[in-house]
Amino acid sequence: MTEYTEHLLRESPRKDAAGRFRFVWLVVIPLVAVLSQVYLPRFLPFLAYLELPLLITVHFALSRRGPIPALFYGMFIGLVQDSLSRQPIGMYGIVKTLVGYFAASVSMRFDVQNPVVTFILAFFFYFFHQFFYWVLARALLGEIITFDVQQNLIFGLLNAAVALPLFRILDKLKMAN
Amino acid sequence: MDFFLSRYRHLTVLLIVITAQLLLIAYQVRTNRDIPLIRVWAVTAVTPVEQGLEFVRRYTWGFVEDYFVLLNVHSANVKLQRENGQLKIDNNYLKNELATADRARSLSVFEARTPSKTIAARVIGNGTGANSKVVFVDRGSTSGVESGMAVVTPDGIVGKVVDAYPTASLVMLITDPTFAAGVISQKNRVHGTLKGQGHAECLVDYVQNEERVDVGEWFYTSGDDRIFPKGFPVGQVAAVQNGKTFKEIYVTPSGMQGGAEEVLIVLQGVHQEVPAGELAAPGYRIQPLPADAASEVPQGPPQPGALATDADRLRAIYKQAGADQKHVYGEGVPGSKPPDFTKIPSVHGVPTPASAAQPSTASAAQPSTASAAAPPPVAQTVPKPKLKSGPPAETGDPTDDEPSAAAPAQHPAPAYAPQKAAPGAATTRPPLPTSAPVTPPSNQ
Repeated sequence: MTEYTEHLLRESPRKDAAGRFRFVWLVVIPLVAVLSQVYLPRFLPFLAYLELPLLITVHFALSRRGPIPALFYGMFIGLVQDSLSRQPIGMYGIVKTLVGYFAASVSMRFDVQNPVVTFILAFFFYFFHQFFYWVLARALLGEIITFDVQQNLIFGLLNAAVALPLFRILDKLKMAN
Repeated sequence: MDFFLSRYRHLTVLLIVITAQLLLIAYQVRTNRDIPLIRVWAVTAVTPVEQGLEFVRRYTWGFVEDYFVLLNVHSANVKLQRENGQLKIDNNYLKNELATADRARSLSVFEARTPSKTIAARVIGNGTGANSKVVFVDRGSTSGVESGMAVVTPDGIVGKVVDAYPTASLVMLITDPTFAAGVISQKNRVHGTLKGQGHAECLVDYVQNEERVDVGEWFYTSGDDRIFPKGFPVGQVAAVQNGKTFKEIYVTPSGMQGGAEEVLIVLQGVHQEVPAGELAAPGYRIQPLPADAASEVPQGPPQPGALATDADRLRAIYKQAGADQKHVYGEGVPGSKPPDFTKIPSVHGVPTPASAAQPSTASAAQPSTASAAAPPPVAQTVPKPKLKSGPPAETGDPTDDEPSAAAPAQHPAPAYAPQKAAPGAATTRPPLPTSAPVTPPSNQ
């Protein structure tokens, strides 16, 4: 194990330094994320690939580091997303619950303030989110939809690229609180 | 148990939450019901914000765009869009006159012209999800919108309402992978099922490989799905190829080009005719007539009143028989005496319209050469037919005992008699020779 990997795996001091969001921000931020996903692609269609609710879930889970709050937060965001879609309620809820849980579990082992780690985690969780949603849609709803691996890999990279500045902004917002 | 819960507390909570959501999904899928409380709350909370954002955008950024930043370019663009929309509507609706048409006005004109009852709506947002092919429109159940209603534009169909909330409705676009609608091609009248593919083009499925569909051909709604009224344009065929069983026909939807912002929701659909297109050439080749047959083809148009078929000849015979007996068909009251159909000449005795037009007495007394070989007119010799069935009257007539051994050969059956008499028929009406003594039927 190299010195760099040890650095990546050690505990991050961010948990103590960053503090926590106020409750109102915990509600407003995911709603804004969901709303932007609903509204923005109308005028900027190229932003349709952005999965802001997922990135918010990942950020909350990585910064909070508690699997139980993270999974409930993911479930809340997922259910709001479900209620604005045509699928049965619970599809995004289950996927984001899992994302929140695993992201919080992972955050206890990695230095999640490292941009490289953040990028990889955001990419991984986007791909996991899309793949698991595809599995659920096929298994539970019997929908015959295709999973475009190449497209999802590209979108995963784009979302990960957006995650870096977004997480930085959210961290600053949290510190301001 | 306590140890397990404390040791695997996180995992237990995760499993409980996942199981609860799985049960929620199972309930919705099994009962085919929604959870309206959650959806109504979410949509009612989100759509006013979207409407506000849209309002602000339209009157701020749109205003700046229109009057300051791109004044000339934008006005020219609006003018071109108006002209383009006007041309499309003219083409689709038999070139109805539209003096001025921007998009909103086009909708109102279309709404007034179409026989279906519609309501205009504005798209205010997309559904969530990266692969989302659903949009929200600003008309809901308070405006009379219901699930299953068709959503169209003057250019073509857009989708269908899948959920109607009080202030907004969720519309599934025709590009959604689960969308399906019945369609018919304009030129070849081929029926198929339009399916969304998740991208810009749609697939028309269930068209046999033997059917003919051309690239560039238009598809219209067929009305088979009971959602879209017949006759709305769907799109143009972009590519066609034979598949394993069915053709793979890719259609470019015409109703969503450039993104539909203002749409019409069809509240009460009225079927329209699919506009007639250029008929395709048949898929088979007709051989030319042979030279000798071509010479037999009568030249010039057929003369009116010419008797062409056996039915025409029979009709002429019966008409003549009625005229001879001064009977007008259709005027006799019930119980009145019908014409005596035993006094009609043979079918073969009236082979031509000319002879049919002559009085029957003449044709009966002086048969033509064509009828020379035919049996003599039975009107002279055949008694009234006995309507009552049963055994023949015992009159001592020798023909009764030997009904049909030689008589049919010498005296073919009259016109009304079947060519092949049934065994039972011989007992009720035996053939009579012309020289046989006329015996009145027995009333016993």
